[in-house]
Amino acid sequence: MDTTLLIIQVLNGLQLGLLLFLVASGLTLVFGILDFVNLAHGSLYMLGAFICASLTYALGNFLLAVLVALPLTGLIGWLTERVIARTLYVRDHLDQVLATFGLILVFDTMAHIIWGPQGIAVPLPDWLTGQVSLGGDLLVPTFRLLIIGAGLAAAGGLFWLVNYTRLGMLIRAGASNRTMVGALGIDIQLLFSLVFALGAMLAGLAGMLIAPITEASIGMGNSIIITAFVVIIVGGIGSIKGAFIAALLIGLIDTLGRAFLDDLFSLFMSSAAAENSAPALSAMLIYLIMALVLALKPQGLFPPKVR
Amino acid sequence: MSAVLEIQGLNKSFGGIKATDNLTLTVEQGELHAVIGPNGAGKTTMISQLCGTQVPDSGRVLFKGRDITRLAPHRRAHLGITRSYQITSLIMEMSVLDNVALALQAREGHSFRFLRPARTITHLRERGRDLLTRVGLADKVDHATVALSHGEHRRMELAIALAAEAELMLLDEPMAGLGTQESLEMVALLKGLKGKHSILLIEHDMDAVFALADRISVLVYGHIIATGTPAEIRGNEAVQHAYLGEE
Amino acid sequence: MTRRAWMTLAVLVLLAIVPPAFYLSGNAFYLSLATRLVILAIAAVSLNLILGYGGMVSFGHAAFVGLGAYAVGIPAHHALYGGWDALATNSGWLQIPLAVGITALFALLTGLVCLRTKGVYFIMITMAFAQMIYYLIVSIEEYGGDDGLVIDSRTELWLFDLDKPLQLYALCFLSLLVALGLVRMIVNSRFGMVLQGAKGNPERMASLGFNTYAYRLTAYVISGAMCGYAGALLGNFTTFISPEMMDWHRSGELMFMVILGGAATTIGPVLGAVIFIVLEEILSSYTIYWQLPFGLLLIVTVLFVRGGLAGLLGGRK
Repeated sequence: MDTTLLIIQVLNGLQLGLLLFLVASGLTLVFGILDFVNLAHGSLYMLGAFICASLTYALGNFLLAVLVALPLTGLIGWLTERVIARTLYVRDHLDQVLATFGLILVFDTMAHIIWGPQGIAVPLPDWLTGQVSLGGDLLVPTFRLLIIGAGLAAAGGLFWLVNYTRLGMLIRAGASNRTMVGALGIDIQLLFSLVFALGAMLAGLAGMLIAPITEASIGMGNSIIITAFVVIIVGGIGSIKGAFIAALLIGLIDTLGRAFLDDLFSLFMSSAAAENSAPALSAMLIYLIMALVLALKPQGLFPPKVR
Repeated sequence: MSAVLEIQGLNKSFGGIKATDNLTLTVEQGELHAVIGPNGAGKTTMISQLCGTQVPDSGRVLFKGRDITRLAPHRRAHLGITRSYQITSLIMEMSVLDNVALALQAREGHSFRFLRPARTITHLRERGRDLLTRVGLADKVDHATVALSHGEHRRMELAIALAAEAELMLLDEPMAGLGTQESLEMVALLKGLKGKHSILLIEHDMDAVFALADRISVLVYGHIIATGTPAEIRGNEAVQHAYLGEE
Repeated sequence: MTRRAWMTLAVLVLLAIVPPAFYLSGNAFYLSLATRLVILAIAAVSLNLILGYGGMVSFGHAAFVGLGAYAVGIPAHHALYGGWDALATNSGWLQIPLAVGITALFALLTGLVCLRTKGVYFIMITMAFAQMIYYLIVSIEEYGGDDGLVIDSRTELWLFDLDKPLQLYALCFLSLLVALGLVRMIVNSRFGMVLQGAKGNPERMASLGFNTYAYRLTAYVISGAMCGYAGALLGNFTTFISPEMMDWHRSGELMFMVILGGAATTIGPVLGAVIFIVLEEILSSYTIYWQLPFGLLLIVTVLFVRGGLAGLLGGRK
């Protein structure tokens, strides 16, 4: 394998990892603080993509559309918390899973009604459609670099928010001791709504960033949510640091596995056998990694503190 | 006399807080050894380490000379250790008799038996009824567990502990939440067990402890500050200062 | 007999009589609807064993159904197109044990990992393992990948000719009866008492001396294998199988059937399957957006109907 290809695939893995982190961080925040499993988190990713797509056509500019779409997805998250999620906090995880599964059906069908059954392509401004040379014959699409940049910026912003702001302090306190935060006289309900909205915005952002590459489509949230689950299981549910590291790990392993596993296999088996077995194994790779991590550390790599 | 249970220098911390601090204690054969201590002294943490739901950071637990410090809870039960719970810990979805019959079933080897309906196994049901009669619940055997009163739940806990016919019984506050009359009845029940089992009794009710115990240990901040007969403990100044004086 | 026992009997008698009656009076469609219903009911009944009685919220049971179906489809594929001689057959003597065996093995391997965890971890991990099988099948081009696989000839069985709709239905219905009887027997046995005890209070069960992990794992394997059998029937019914059968939405639907009908009741999952299929049929005949009212119904059921339909209609046990 040549280095150029390797670098490109590493960048692709990084991009996937960062998108996964944007989705997983909201999941893990909501679970860590609210003890709430939100299957419909993937729907917010999808809605972010659709809203951004519509706004791109309405406003004529992708970046502007993202800026407007972000608060909108946050608002949807906020409303979801107010109307559905709030009544489910006291219920067991089974009820939460079933109700949010119902919510997925509702969101998916709403998207179907509003945007139709076809996917919607999202056009980029000209300056984002080109490629950037990173030295030699290494050409990388500008937009992919933007995704990586935006993902890193969002991750950095989240770290800053959680570790250095008053809201972040409350979030961390709420994750470890809910009643205490309530006892301090802080409006815990408001905090919960904010966390939910924040998670929705992060997932929505991921959807907006991927839409120009894959189109906005119904059900796009349904496969990423499982991968995001794998990320937070490996990282340790409730841990943002764990989610970040696990997201990059999973993103890189998945991408590199799909790209290079057959080359790797052909080193010690016939190329025909490698061609047959490599796709199957690379499809299962991240789940096998998950099983391995769980076998060694059932609480994930960075288990949250005992509550 | 020989020691059934030996706890040697047990330590357990939770995020910098020492819940168990160099705890050493023995329970002799046939002895009823009571552990008292103020709230937050680490009594429940101690029990958890004895029955295996928590693993100590250091120290050893010996049962009849065998090191069981890191043994899984169900294996300790096989060796002959049983426990009751401070907060009633019954299987609420099942009937009163089902709860006790399950405890009896646990003694008969594995339960990978799929064919015969468990409720038709006569000896389990009969023995279960006997035990429930012994704790005064004869007329409640077929009730739903969830429908019983708190006092009745405490008696069920005892019947289940008895079902194990364990050599060592760890009783975690059997009087918790009982009224005066109920407490007296429970003391009478426990008196009937003395000598037949070795018992480690954790209890808040001082009258009960002083009426029942052969020896008493006082636990403060995870450490045993004194051990002795009821009379010795009553006269111990350190104990009075640390604990009894405040009551 | 209790009210619930009467209800159980009534549901089963109706399922035994009504669909064949429709078929014999020229309405083949309703028999085919009922066949799907009964097969999904078997899957729901087996899920109920671990979800209802064992408290294990598996969000991956569709994978077992799918694997069972592929255990019919793959041998049938090789029987027709050659290759992999050991597997190439339409005989039920190989296909059915293969469906049961492969799903039991998958349940054992994944259960070893899943059951080390609790609560929400368990839900997510079962989901993830199901997705793994989904992507595995997608990646194998020989078996159609994403596009699925047509089963050209159905399983050849002793006594039953599965090409005849009425006989296929009879087999499915009898299988449902056996599944119900099996789950009932297990639940009432000493094993079942331990399983239910471990759901109600695992810590107590351990302190009594039960290794709850081993009991849960056994139940998980039994449930997975039963679902695999249901999958083999489903493959024979649809004669077309695809990874879509294992999508986690299908797992969610199975869970919905169990909860809607009444978890930890004998007939609950069957009732749930009946309601699910009938509602899906009615709603989708009115609108292509039938999943919207369906989703709302799910939310409302979870929020307001505790104990499922069996609880509502049949009263407490």
